[in-house]
Amino acid sequence: MKDLTKNRWKFVILPALIIVVGIVMYFLHQGFNFDVEFMGGIRMQIDTKTDFNSDEIAQLIQENTTDNVKATVQTGENSHIAVIKTPPVEENVKAEIISALKTKYNVEDKDITASSASASFGQNIQRKALGFTLIAILCILIYIAIRFEWRSAVMAVIALAINVFVMAAVYAITNIPLNTTFIAAMLTVIGYSINNTIVIFDRIRENMKARKKNETVSALVNRSVCETMGRTINSTITTLITIVLIYFLGVSAIKEFALPLIIGILAGAYTSIFIASTFWASWKESNIRAKAAAAQERKSNKSKKK
Amino acid sequence: MKKKSILTLAFVVIIAIVLNYVAFIGFNVAGYKYDGMFGDPSKGQVQGIKKGIDLAGGSVITFQAADENKNPISANESDLNTVKTIFETRLSSAGYTEYRISTDVNEGKITVEIPSVFETDHAASLLGDVAKLTFNNAAGEVVLDGATDIKNARYEYGQTDNSGASSHHVTVEFAPEARQKFADATRIAAAAGTGNNFISIQMDGQEVSRPRVSSVIDSESCVITGDFDAASAKDLANKIKSGQLPFNLTIASQETVGAELGKDALPTSQLAALIGIILIMIFMVIMYRIPGLIANISLAIYIGLIGLAMGAFHINLSLSGIAGIVLSIGMAVDADCIIFERMKEELRIGKTIKASVASGFNKAFSAILDSNITTIITCVVLLFSGIGTVKGFATTLAIGVILSMFTAIVITKFLLKQLAGIGIENRKLFYNTKANKGGAE
Repeated sequence: MKDLTKNRWKFVILPALIIVVGIVMYFLHQGFNFDVEFMGGIRMQIDTKTDFNSDEIAQLIQENTTDNVKATVQTGENSHIAVIKTPPVEENVKAEIISALKTKYNVEDKDITASSASASFGQNIQRKALGFTLIAILCILIYIAIRFEWRSAVMAVIALAINVFVMAAVYAITNIPLNTTFIAAMLTVIGYSINNTIVIFDRIRENMKARKKNETVSALVNRSVCETMGRTINSTITTLITIVLIYFLGVSAIKEFALPLIIGILAGAYTSIFIASTFWASWKESNIRAKAAAAQERKSNKSKKK
Repeated sequence: MKKKSILTLAFVVIIAIVLNYVAFIGFNVAGYKYDGMFGDPSKGQVQGIKKGIDLAGGSVITFQAADENKNPISANESDLNTVKTIFETRLSSAGYTEYRISTDVNEGKITVEIPSVFETDHAASLLGDVAKLTFNNAAGEVVLDGATDIKNARYEYGQTDNSGASSHHVTVEFAPEARQKFADATRIAAAAGTGNNFISIQMDGQEVSRPRVSSVIDSESCVITGDFDAASAKDLANKIKSGQLPFNLTIASQETVGAELGKDALPTSQLAALIGIILIMIFMVIMYRIPGLIANISLAIYIGLIGLAMGAFHINLSLSGIAGIVLSIGMAVDADCIIFERMKEELRIGKTIKASVASGFNKAFSAILDSNITTIITCVVLLFSGIGTVKGFATTLAIGVILSMFTAIVITKFLLKQLAGIGIENRKLFYNTKANKGGAE
């Protein structure tokens, strides 16, 4: 295995590239595709039982509502399912939309899935989601700082931040609707990638205790990463097996959840192997060098005094 | 020693099979009955998991406490509990038996989930109306207040006057002191001139009916007639009976999930889980040989336990909850991987199988503990978030992580000891003796 610590900056290129593409797509798509839970508005899925024309439905909604609501209409899981989104509207306007659709396509209440939220409710959820993610990260940071050392905690959280940005980039690139399941997906990945990082840090912690004088920290970290590589790869594979199957076999709502998880799990394994421990090694090494230099200085000062 | 170990191993395998049978298919022994994780009370079975709205279809409505101008206000716990009780009465009277109500004191929010009900707007108005019933005189003064003066209200159909026509109406019974108040009010109304001799009955400020009064009415009850059909009269009686909400409610969000759309979610996920489990088991045997088999027995026990826990505690299973479980199956063998990799290392430096099992396990323990605790930390934070869909996911993931720690630390260790007890000498059954380093080559 090559010297990982030496190449550490090269490993940053891949996630950085994904994040850059994500930022570009973010602007191309004019921001994230926020679901109604976050923005307020109505999201409707209706089984029209026939092939439909998206523009026709949008027009139907505009003509039959008091505020001439502008809706976006997409095709869902199959060509019979229309997914309709509107900005926040009053409840009576929503009833108008539903009754117009029911008359047009002759469907019943049970064929319609609708969720609506007020704008303030959406902002509230957004704020909560962000707040609780930060709290979770903070708790993890404290735990690692206690069980390991503060440098490990910082590196673990930086690796984690990279994962979160990569996942956010995936949402921006694929335009998957961002809703509360995004928070669940993100926190799973946070938990999972921390899991990987900790197993490696645990090995480093153990090896550091028995470090021989002639082994550099980078070499030791390299060795630790290699020793844990079998486990990292195997447990990533077993986790991916189930989630990939869910992606291919599951219904669309689960698919939207599974894809970011797959990406996040891969990113989690990648950052814990190539980024968290390698940067920790170089940081620790420079710290040891600085200490040694300081000790050297004290020594020479003392000898001068003599 | 050897014979005993083989017997113990066989015994654990049998336990794993029985456990899974009970968890997924159930049992019916000596009067004790359990229909497994998927037990469905509507088919006369014992309740297993509860399907969330996104699987069963139905309505979710979140109300926000508000002042008269519909601006959000905070609400104290006792007021929210009053609302909850009123909601429960209104829902049960309307014939909805399965529902869940949760309150959020900090935000002044109350969320109602009603499975298999798709008329969300009707449910929302049934629940959300304040139901302030007043009897006003011609001058607009309140003579009777529904909150304190009404004992009971019921829907009836029949004649209310001498015209002979039957109508849908609501009969309200007065509280003891209210009878006198009503008699006084009607006496004054009857004495008033034409045009003013009426009592106006209002719900939430809207006039429902305006009976003319020609003489004193001294009675325990009175009849509210109006432009009713059976359904609206029933709703009115229900609202009056359940009482008056302590504040206005606005709808913060509402969701209707069509029954058809969630229908496929569970079977397809079950299939994915089944194939996933089989693939993981094959993978573990290829990678870890005999210990891989041990991991598979542990995994089977894990799956049985999680099925049992979900069914016995009637966990509310949602789409994201399914994803959480399926994910946890993949993660369950992670601890086994850590232990076995450690064992391989010990074996490679020439230790005996028995010594490798012991020291491999001990060295793996801190990694297993620390890595699982961080996942539990995220689950706990998610549970506190109060965001509905996220909570379901966190519950299942937390159950998964705790159970998988148990199966790895207790079951796998126990089985490995039995394996060492059997005294297999062939080291090839434990690892690739030719490869000299790394695990995945």
